[in-house]
Amino acid sequence: MMETELEIALRVNGKDVTGEAEPRMTLADFLRDRLRLTGTHLGCEHGVCGACTVLMDGKSIRSCLVFAVQAQGSELETVEGMAPSEDELHPIQQAFSNEHGLQCGFCTPGFLMTVSEFLDECPDPTEEEIRKRLSGNLCRCTGYQNIVAAVRSAADRMKAGSPRGDHD
Amino acid sequence: MKPAPFEYFSPRTVDEAISLLQQHGDESKLLAGGQSLVPLLALRLAGPSALIDLGRVDELRYLREGETVAIGSMTTHRQIEKDPYLLGRCPMISEAMSLVGHVAIRNRGTVGGSCAHADPAAEWPALAVALDGEFEVKGPAGVRTVPANEFFFSYFTTILEPEEVLTEIRLKLPPPSAGTAFMELARRHGDFGLAAVAAVITRRNGGIEDVRLGVAGVAAVPLRPSEAESILRGSELSDQTLDAAAEAVDAAIQPTGDIHGSEDFRRNAAKVLTKRALRRAFERAGGSA
Repeated sequence: MMETELEIALRVNGKDVTGEAEPRMTLADFLRDRLRLTGTHLGCEHGVCGACTVLMDGKSIRSCLVFAVQAQGSELETVEGMAPSEDELHPIQQAFSNEHGLQCGFCTPGFLMTVSEFLDECPDPTEEEIRKRLSGNLCRCTGYQNIVAAVRSAADRMKAGSPRGDHD
Repeated sequence: MKPAPFEYFSPRTVDEAISLLQQHGDESKLLAGGQSLVPLLALRLAGPSALIDLGRVDELRYLREGETVAIGSMTTHRQIEKDPYLLGRCPMISEAMSLVGHVAIRNRGTVGGSCAHADPAAEWPALAVALDGEFEVKGPAGVRTVPANEFFFSYFTTILEPEEVLTEIRLKLPPPSAGTAFMELARRHGDFGLAAVAAVITRRNGGIEDVRLGVAGVAAVPLRPSEAESILRGSELSDQTLDAAAEAVDAAIQPTGDIHGSEDFRRNAAKVLTKRALRRAFERAGGSA
C-alpha cells in the first residue's frame, strides 16, 4: 500500500525542480527515479560505500540516508552539474580521465562529489590526507592508486588556475 | 532494500516534537541525522510507523562556550569537529570527531543522535563519560538533567522515555593546561572502533595531578575506569604506572568478541590504547615541569 506522496521543491545543479515522493523514498531514489538524474548511484544503500554521495547545501551527504522530503528547499549538486558544458569537463573529471582513475565508473560520481568538497576545503592535500578523505568511497576495480593520482592532478591543476578542459 | 512505509512529521519546535511522540506512541521514532537510524530502516531492522524529523528544530542547533560547554543535540559531528573554541580548548573532542565515519556521515550525524543511539563503540558516549557529561532531556512532564554515567543503560539503550527528546549535552572542559587525547583502533579509517580511549591529564611537578578516562567498545556502555584513574592520580607517568592502569582497565571491561575482533583482541586493544592515550595526553599537557 503506497503512502500519500508529498510534493517536493528544491534546486538541483542551479535549476528549480519539483517532484513527488512517499516519505520513505530516499533522496538517491528521488534523484534517479523522479528527476531522471541517474548519475548518482546506489551501491550498498546503507551509507557505507559512498556511491550515492551528492552535495546538499554545499556539504557532502549520503543521499541514500536522507529522505527526499528532507531535501525540501535545499540546494543540491550532483555529478550531472559538474561539467561546465557539453564540450568541457570539470578539472576533477578531466583529471580522473587523464589518470585513468576509473574502470567501470560505478563509484566515480560518488568520488567526484567527495573530491569536489575536499579540494574546496583543502586545495593542497598530502597523499595521506587524500587517502584518508577518500576512505568513505569504495572502489572495487581500481585499487585506488589512480584515483589518488587523479586527485593530486586535479589539485595541481586547480591551484595553478589552468584553463578547464585541458588534455595532457 | 527500501524502508517500510511510515508517516513523516517535521516539527519546528521541541514541544511540537514531544506532542507528536505522545500522539503516535510506541510506533514513533525521532529522526536526528539519520546516519544510524536510516540504515536500520533500509535493512528493515526497525519499522516505526511514524518518523518525527528533528531536522528543522532550529532551537536544537547551538554551541555555548564556557568552562562547561553546552551543545544542542542536533549539532552535527562536523560542526563540533571544526569548532574553533573546542579545537583550542579541548583538542580530543575534535580528534574523536574526525574518527566518526567519514565527512559525509559527519555532515548529517548529530551529537544527540549518537548519544541517544548509544552504540557502545561510539565516540560520543566515551567523551561524555570522560568529561563528566550531563544530558538535558525534555518530556511531557518537563525538563530533567541526567549525568552521563546514568544516561547510558545498556547496548543501544538509554534512560530516555518514549516521549522524551534529548535537547542538550553539557561537557565539563578540562583546565587549559590539561593534555587530552582520543585514540581508537579500527581496521580501516572510519570503521566502527574495536576499542577507543579518551584521556585527560593535568600535570604538576612532573607527575600526574589529575586524570580522566573514557573507554568505548568494551562493554554494554561506555566506561569511566575510576580504579585506573586512582592509580594514576598523584603518581609519576612510568611504564609501571601505565601498566597498572591498563590492568585496572582490563579488570573493568567486558568486551564481546565478534567477527571484527575476539574478546582477547579487544581486551588487548583497550589496554594498549589506554597506555598510548595517557602518554599522548601527558605529553600534550602543560604545567610545571
